[in-house]
Formats: sequence, C-alpha cells, structure tokens
Amino acid sequence: MHYNWNWAIFRELSPDGVHTYWDTLMSGLAWTLATSLAGWIMALVLGMLVGVLRTLPSPWLRRAGTAYVELFRNIPLLVQMFLWFFVVPELLPRAAGDWLKALPNAPFLTAVVCLGFFTSARVAVQVTAGIEALAGGQKLAALALGLTRRQTYRHVLLPLALRIILPPLTSEFLNIIKNSSVALTIGLMELTASARAVQEFSFQVFEAFSAATLIYVLVNIVVVAGMALLERRLALPGTLASGGGR
Amino acid sequence: MTLTRLFALLSIACCAATASAQELTGTLAKIKRTGQITLGVRDGSVPFSYLDDKQQYQGYSVDLCMKIVVHVQKQLGMTDVKVVMNPVTSANRIPLMANGTIDLECGSTTNNAERQKQVAFAPTMFVIANRLLAKKSSNIKSLADMKGKTLVATAGTTTLKQMTILNNEQKLGMNIVVGKDHPESFLMMETGRAAAEANDDILLAAQVASARNPSEFQITAEALSVEPYGIMLRREDVPFKQAVDAALARLYQSDDIQRIYSKWFMSPIPPKGINLNFPMPPQLKAVLAKPTDSPDPAAYAAVPPAQKAATKK
Repeated sequence: MHYNWNWAIFRELSPDGVHTYWDTLMSGLAWTLATSLAGWIMALVLGMLVGVLRTLPSPWLRRAGTAYVELFRNIPLLVQMFLWFFVVPELLPRAAGDWLKALPNAPFLTAVVCLGFFTSARVAVQVTAGIEALAGGQKLAALALGLTRRQTYRHVLLPLALRIILPPLTSEFLNIIKNSSVALTIGLMELTASARAVQEFSFQVFEAFSAATLIYVLVNIVVVAGMALLERRLALPGTLASGGGR
Repeated sequence: MTLTRLFALLSIACCAATASAQELTGTLAKIKRTGQITLGVRDGSVPFSYLDDKQQYQGYSVDLCMKIVVHVQKQLGMTDVKVVMNPVTSANRIPLMANGTIDLECGSTTNNAERQKQVAFAPTMFVIANRLLAKKSSNIKSLADMKGKTLVATAGTTTLKQMTILNNEQKLGMNIVVGKDHPESFLMMETGRAAAEANDDILLAAQVASARNPSEFQITAEALSVEPYGIMLRREDVPFKQAVDAALARLYQSDDIQRIYSKWFMSPIPPKGINLNFPMPPQLKAVLAKPTDSPDPAAYAAVPPAQKAATKK
C-alpha cells in the first residue's frame, strides 16, 4: 500500500477557504438528518393511512391500498429519485414544471417526497400486518361496544398494532437514514456526497469514508437506543407487545 | 553441462547483474517482474479516456500512456510488455493506485497541490479553463450575467467550489445546484433547471458537440480559471517518475504530439464521428515547449481574476 494516511485532513481548510473538511462532513450530516426525518414523518402518516386502507371491509379501498404499496415498493429507489427529479417536471404543464424546477432546495424537497413515498409503502405493509396480527376478537368487541369504525381504529386497533410493529418500524427508520444517501444522485449534498467531495478535493479517500461510516453508525445507534426507550415506555402490561398475559 | 555453456551462463548472469546494478525498485521493478503494466482508464471522459462502441478503451490520455509504456519497455530492455486496461472511477482511482492495482491513471485528472500530497503527476498534458455553457436564447456572456440565476456544477469538482466562493465574493446571489456527474449537470442545464453550467471548457465542448442540437448552446469566452490535467502515478517512486517524465518530454518535442492532439481534438472521433473542433490552447503549447508537472495555475497562464478571487484566503 502506497497510501499517505492523514487523519489531520479534517482540520484542514477545504478549497472554499472558509470551512474545514470536518465542516463539510457535518453539513452533510445535517442534510442527511433533515432529509430522513422529514421523509420519515411523511412515511409514517401516509403509511398509516394506506395500511389502514388495506384492512377495511371495502374491497375497492383494499385494492387501492395494495396498488399504492406495489407501485412504490417495486420501483428501485434510485430510479424513483430520477423520475421525481427529471421526469415529473417535464410531464406537468409548462408553467407548473418551470415552477417546480425553480424551487429553492429542489433536490432536498424531491428527496423528501421520494423517500417519503418509498418508505410509506413499506410502513403501510407493516401497519396492515400489525392490525391483522391482533386477535380478531379485538375489532369485534370494540364494534359490539358501540364504537364506530373510526373509533375502533383510533382507540383500539392502531394503538395495539403500532406497539406490535415498533421493532420493524425501527428497521425502517434506520433504512430511511441509509437510503437518504441515494439523494446524492439528484445533487443533494448529504453525508455520503460530502465524503465523496472530501475525497475528490483531498484524495484522502479512506479517511473520508471511514469518518462517514462512523457517523452513520453513531446516528443509527442513537436511533436504536431511542426506539428501544420508546418501546419500553409504551409497553402495556397484559398486551402482546409486553409478552405477558396471553 | 559443458564448460562453454557454463561460461555462457555465467556471463549472462554477470551481465544481468550489471544491468540490474541500479537495482530496480517500485513500479519499474513490478513491470519487469510481472511483464505487464496496468493502466487506469475512464469509461466516459471523452476524448481523454473512454469506451467506444467496440468496447475498446481509447482517447488522448490513453495514447499518451501507450507512448510511456513503449518508452519504459525500451528502458527495461524488454521485448514485450502486456498492457492491461483497468476501468476506474473518480471515487476509486486513489485506492486502486495506492494498493498497486493500477500503475498509471490515464484520464482527465486535475493536478493540484492538495492532490500532490497523495499522488504524483506526469508532466501536464492538457490545460483547461473553466467557462460557462448556456443556451443562446438565455443570452449569458459572462459570470456577471448570472446574477440571481441558477447555476449548475458537478459534485466534487474544483469548479463547484470556485463558483461557491465567487458567488459569495462577488455577491452574485446565484442559486448553485449540483449534478452528480457531467452528463447530469448538462441535463439540468438543458431541461432548464439551471440557466448555465460551469465546467472545464473541453468537457463543455464535448457536451455541445454531442448534443441533439449543438447550435442551441454557446460557451462563454470569459475564462474563470486555469487548471492543468496530468497522468497520475504513485508518489515517491522516483525511477518510474523519471522514466515517465522522459517519455513525455521526448514525445512533446516530436511531431507525434501534434498528430495525437489533432486526432482527438480536431477530427471526427468514435463512436459517433463527432468533431470537437478544439484548437490547441496557447497555455498547452507553452507546456509542450517546456514540460512541467507544477500544480500551480500561475505556471501555465496569467491567472484569471476570478480564480485569484477564489484562491484568496
């Protein structure tokens, strides 16, 4: 190996003469977190709606939900990014397309929308599975008590189902953080793109990517710890989620 | 084993010993030992190093590398050196150079001071200027015309950094967007996501030449920076560096270099037979007359004010 290791590279000024290479990575981290958190909120909201849709009695609503899931789950994320960014604006009427292209932070907004839809399909499947995992008696008992369908979902089914699916949701949360790196293909300077920029300018490729790897791992450890805490806080004695009372 | 044969063997052994009296080291020793040299080549750096429709790697940089190979082969007194083409990307060229997978990188790599801490460069083989490319209809003649408009540059390029700095320095208020690679930057400009693309002029010329409608675009005359391109090799491998320097110095003094230049920049090139029509820049003529591997732009030309502004700390 003829490689010139230089861990001090992060303290050196990047070519813009203002920020150090460490600042470059940190600004990348900020974009990664902003993109994945915004996308995650969107994915949770949409995923819950579509997940519920797939458990309703109406076959048409169920089919609509399934169609949504299959659409967003089966197209590779990289392709979806490209479609949202380059193809959708061209399909819209001229004025709307131009407005879209001129938006400030277009790569960021596009990445959030794309990640939100992609992840929402995966969340929807889990929400459906969670609701279906509940004993059928729960729903019937709630309806028999005189709760409306909306109230049944709101007060009985969703609270229990969401507790059941917390572990797979944690995985999805980790996935969206890692998947946000795909946004570098539409020009978002997130963490991976920043690591690439550091290596492009300084040629210290191993240091740049080691640092990025460590940062991703640390962020994900924080997420796992947070979700574990949430799981413990939400555990209901006597329900499936806490493992007792069956 | 007759005595004469023993003598013959001994004499061969002795002569071989004198030939390697300088004890080959580094890349030269590796070439001698393995009988092959590995060139790092690019898939799409037209016309420097690219893959054509017949799946052959070729280009201006590849031709120069082949000249180096011939020179090294002669110097090592070998009859045949096998040339292996190993495709590299901008992201993996350094690791592959460091771990000995490739011996020379024949692409379009900018030679700058930061990079010289990690690798060495052969004498400069091309000098570019950063310029803007825009649609003729948008009437952009210089960077000043870009005030408040959207500009695209490619991720990880020195151009992108320079534009970011100039934007702040000259209070242009441009919105700078990033393309992940050169084709994507061009796409952003073409689809109207950006009013202009900032890039190396030779890359812009190639993009225009291969566009659907070349007459639709124009490159600004104003040069924003000067950058040398070089063939990359491992650092601290003095004998190999000397061999490479000597090979190129000799080539630059012959008519061959003019022939190779016009083959790639002034005539139709595969796969589509597009002609870049890019006359040799005066800075390159100066370098060919006096080869240098300096990373300092000032060694090549009067540094444009825009570049000076961007390198001020």
